[in-house]
Parts: sequence; C-alpha cells; structure tokens
Amino acid sequence: MTESGSTQSTVQEIIAALKDKPGALLPILHGIQDAMGYIPAESVPYIATALSLSRAEVHGVISFYHYFRDTPPGVQTIHLCRAESCQSMGGRKLEEHVKSKLGIDFHETTADGKFSLEPVYCLGNCACSPAMQIGKEIYGRVSADSFDAVINNTEASA
Amino acid sequence: MSITIYVPCDSSAVSLGADRVATAIAQEAAKRGLDINLIRNGSRGMYWLEPLVEVATAKGRIAYGPVQTGDVSGLFDAGFTEGGAHTLGLGLTEELDYFKKQQRLTFARIGKTDPSSLTDYIDNDGYRGLKNALAMTQEQIVQAVTDSGLRGRGGAAFPTGIKWKTVLNTASLQKYIICNADEGDSGTFSDRMVMEGDPFVLIEGMTIAGLAVDATQGYIYLRIEYPHAFEVLNAAIATAYQEGYLGENIQGSGKTFNLEVRLGAGAYVCGEETSLMESLEGKRGLVRFKPPLPAISGLFGQPTVVNNVISLASIPVILNKGGDYYRDFGMGRSRGTLPVQLAGNIKRPGLVELGFGLTLRELLYDFGGGAASGRPIRAVQVGGPLGAYLPESQFDTPLDYEAFAAIWAVVGHGGIVVFDDTVNMAEMARYSMEFCKIESCGKCTPCRIGSTRGVEVMDDIINGRNLDKNIPLLRDLCDTLLNGSLCALGGMTPYPVLSALNHFPEDFGINAKATAA
Repeated sequence: MTESGSTQSTVQEIIAALKDKPGALLPILHGIQDAMGYIPAESVPYIATALSLSRAEVHGVISFYHYFRDTPPGVQTIHLCRAESCQSMGGRKLEEHVKSKLGIDFHETTADGKFSLEPVYCLGNCACSPAMQIGKEIYGRVSADSFDAVINNTEASA
Repeated sequence: MSITIYVPCDSSAVSLGADRVATAIAQEAAKRGLDINLIRNGSRGMYWLEPLVEVATAKGRIAYGPVQTGDVSGLFDAGFTEGGAHTLGLGLTEELDYFKKQQRLTFARIGKTDPSSLTDYIDNDGYRGLKNALAMTQEQIVQAVTDSGLRGRGGAAFPTGIKWKTVLNTASLQKYIICNADEGDSGTFSDRMVMEGDPFVLIEGMTIAGLAVDATQGYIYLRIEYPHAFEVLNAAIATAYQEGYLGENIQGSGKTFNLEVRLGAGAYVCGEETSLMESLEGKRGLVRFKPPLPAISGLFGQPTVVNNVISLASIPVILNKGGDYYRDFGMGRSRGTLPVQLAGNIKRPGLVELGFGLTLRELLYDFGGGAASGRPIRAVQVGGPLGAYLPESQFDTPLDYEAFAAIWAVVGHGGIVVFDDTVNMAEMARYSMEFCKIESCGKCTPCRIGSTRGVEVMDDIINGRNLDKNIPLLRDLCDTLLNGSLCALGGMTPYPVLSALNHFPEDFGINAKATAA
C-alpha cells in the first residue's frame, strides 16, 4: 500500500470509530495525532465529510489548539514549561540553554529530525520547577546538566 | 507476613524518580527473599521529600525521603521494612509537622490509599456521601451543598449550591455535569493530585451532582498535559462501571449516570467554562456571551453544571458528614477548606489543605520555609497567571475571598508562586501580556489586540523609552482590558500587570527615571 493509502485507511478507521460521539471532532483529531504524530492535511476532507462540516471549520479547529500540529514532529517532542513557577526557578535560563543545545527555537525540529521543541504553559509540576515533558515522561527540577543527560540518554537509546 | 511499602505514583513524584525507586525496591526485596506488598499511592503533598517511601508498621506508617535508587539497598540494610533507623528516616508520616497541622477533608485519602483500589476507597469513607444522597430528595442534596457554603474552587468562587439549584429548576430532557479539569494555572496542581491520587472521590462527587440535578451524562474535560491523570481516571471509571457505581441503576437505585473523560488540546482559555463547552462540542474554544448562563443553556444548549475538580471532590465529604460540618471550617464568607499549593521558589513546596483564614506569611514561612534559594521572598503571585503579585507588605492578608478582593487580588484556585529578590517584575508584567496574547481566543478586541499592544508597550518600558507617555498608556490599556473583555483572560490580565507596576515601580524605571532620561 502507498504511504498516502495507509494514511487514508488509518484516518478512515479512526473517523468511523469516533464520529457518532457527541462533539466528535476533538476525539477524532486526538485519535489521528496519536496514531500519526500529526494531522495530515489530506485527512481534513474526510473528517469534514464525516461530520458534515466545511473543511475550513475543521482547519479552524486544528489551528486553534496549540497541541494539534499539521506537520510531522521529530522522533521526540520536548515540551518545556515557560510558566511563572518555572520562571521563578530559573526557567528562562534553562530555556536559553535548551534552545542553544538543540540549535532550534520553539515550534521547530532539529535538522536530524530527532527532537521537536514546543513551549507548554504548566505541566502541574510546579512543586518541582523547572519542568519539562518528553513523550509521556515528566521531568522535575530540570537543570542545564540534567537536561543534557536526558537528551544524551535519549539519543543513545534512539 | 508480607510487608506493605508505599511509593507514590503521583506524576511529580515520578518526575523525581519514584518509578525507578519502586522498581529498585521490588528487585532488592526479591533478591533478599522478602515478601513485600508494594502499593503505588498518591502523594502526601510534601514534594521536597519526594520520592517519599512509606512502610506500614504496628506504630503506623513510617516515612523515608527523598529516596533515590542508590539509597535502596542501604535502606534494606538498615531494616527500613521494620521502620529501622536511616539518615533518610523521617518518623511517622502523619506526625510530620507539615502534614499534622493540616485539615484534610477533600484530600483525606490522598497519599494514604491505593488510587486504583475501589475497596481501599470504600474502606476509607468512600461512597458514603453517595449512599446518603441516594436516600435524599434532590432538593435535600442541593440544600446540603448550599448549607456547606462551598464556593467554586476553580477560581470564580460562585456558590455551588446556587448553581446546582438553577440547573435543578430548569426543566429539560437532558442535562449535563461537566468537571472542569483544565487546570492550567501556573502554580497549581491540586486537581492533578486528586485525579491521580483519589480518582473515585471525583467520580463520586460527579455522580452525586448528577443525582441532584437530574443529569445522566457527565464529562471530565481534562487537559492534555496530564497524561497520567487520564490513565488513572479511565481505569477508575471502568472499575466504577463494573461495580455498579456508574451506568444504569447505580447501586440498585434505578438512577443513571454515565461518565467520560475528554481531552483538551493545550488551550488555556478552555478553562473558561463557555469556551470549554464549545471545545467539548468539537469547536474552536471561543468564549460565549453570557447570558444565557450555562446552568440554563450550556453544553449542546442544555442545562449544565460546570464545576472544578476540587469543588466536585469536596461534595462526598459534605454529603457524608453534612453541610454544617464542612461550613464550620473557614472564615467569613469563605467556608470550608482550601487546598493551597505552594510552588515556585520555595523551600518546602507542596499541598496544604486548611480552613480559610491562614495568612500568606504563615503559609510562606511556617509551612514553606521561605525561598528555596535562601534569598528574601520579594513577590508572590496568588491565583495563577491572572492573579495579582503581592509584595511583602501584604503577606499578612488572610486567605479569604473577600480579604483578597479588598486588596485587589484573587485567591483563585489557591496556587501560590514564590519569587525571590532576583525577579524583575517588569519582565513578569511583560510575560503576563505575552501569555494573554498567546492564549487569547480572539473573539473580543480588547483581549486579542490589547495583549499584543501590551507586549509592545512593556518592551518600550523595559527599554526605558518615553516612560512619561508609556506608563499612562499601559494603565489606559489595562483599563480597556479590564472593562471591555468578554472573559477573565483579557479581563484579569491587568491584575498581574498593574499589581507589578503599583507594588514594584522601581522595576519599571519609574524611580530611576531622572537618571535614565
């Protein structure tokens, strides 16, 4: 099967499973992003047809929410907290370090495709600031050194 | 006899290595041929001690912490499974000052019980509130909640009983209960602790709410940033269905209540109740005009109760012990307890549940132990990113909705973020505007455009440009946001901005103006 053929069948399966829920659009978008890592542009017409929405409406919802993305992410997405509690514990300096270590800004992916960097506004780990999340893993009291160690480990195991 | 050892599964404890410690304890016990029963409890909320390992002994549970994997074999050598002495030993958990001084009603079980165990929940006063509620009329349930004096713990502090009464009295074939679990405020984590550490209390609270107002469907709108809570809640909901605590004919009563968790997608504004409902309906999270109130026309146009996690999780204790019991805690018109969250630059961060009325100073120093950096505390932000910054001169304010309103501040969801004297308050004010710009839903002009202009004005001020003109301009802009925005995001961004300006003018270059010019 071609790549777009398999994308299409994955998307169709997810839509079929969820479209009858009340307010189905967000569950469908989550389903697609969980499966593919992002919401491919070619899935929008299928979603729109299934929910009797315009493509513009579906696109509008995808673009409204920070979490949904329409481009493939890196192998790992790093969510770095920028909120007040993390700032009070050196979050701004850590942010500079992370960006320079990875050589990218927020919303970018490293050239080797290994890491995407996204800001997040609170992980609820404010008693252990500064905090970040990689995949489902949450890290507390992150320092420049502990960040480097995590990244080097992740790279080694990748 | 098997030894019971507790290692928290709370995601903050896990972020400090609790999973690795749990694995190491299991391996070490196996190696030594010791029969242990390892329970993953919630967190006691003393995060500077996490991962906090507890051992059940005849005298009570004994705590060790903070434990790292390297400490595990030494703990076994010291006989910690019998409560043996070790440098990480803290004594009886519930005798620790920080814990002992609290009044834990909503958090009564958190850290004690196994969150995945319905039996543990029931053995520790769980589902007593529901049992009572099933024997009461709807009016009596609503009256008990009204009598308790409970006000919305999400931040708006609206009386919960009145909200429920409105929904009860609005006729409709379908009504809804929504739990607002979009806990996006920096410095807050009490909702997360409840969902990860005692999910059945939230399910019970929502079920009682459903019975009270005739709603048969509930939704927990959970933020995507809480993946652990998502798993714990779904597992608990599945158990509750299995055991007849959710679904049709709850405990043989003939009553129905269904519950589903829905995930948000990283939009702060979806914590605003009308935006949240738009999101649940599958739309952009644009704020709705009020009226109509959600209680009259909410989700899918039907009467809807929207309550925060802590509000709903406080319902079981109210229905179990009575509205009067809950109301007897607190002060003035702030009744019951508030789970305060100490966060940021503080030595002993954590969860402190107490009746309203404690002063900030007691929380920051007696509980919190001052700044983590050892430097003086210069400012605290109470109530999340839309809460005011308070200087030391206001630290004697008691935690009470009205006392905070009187100093142009908010209690909000009870989060306190501490900053030491290295903070630049003009930078924090700029950040508040930037946050509003990033998170604005875009529906109303003051918030959408005002926040962008706010960042620009703050950049000018930080660079010392034309302060005579720009400071009044900032105040004017804040006035527009405050009075012209549709919801609290634009409407309260002036709280952190203006409080920073008013209490810390030197950071805005106002005192230094003469030399700067």
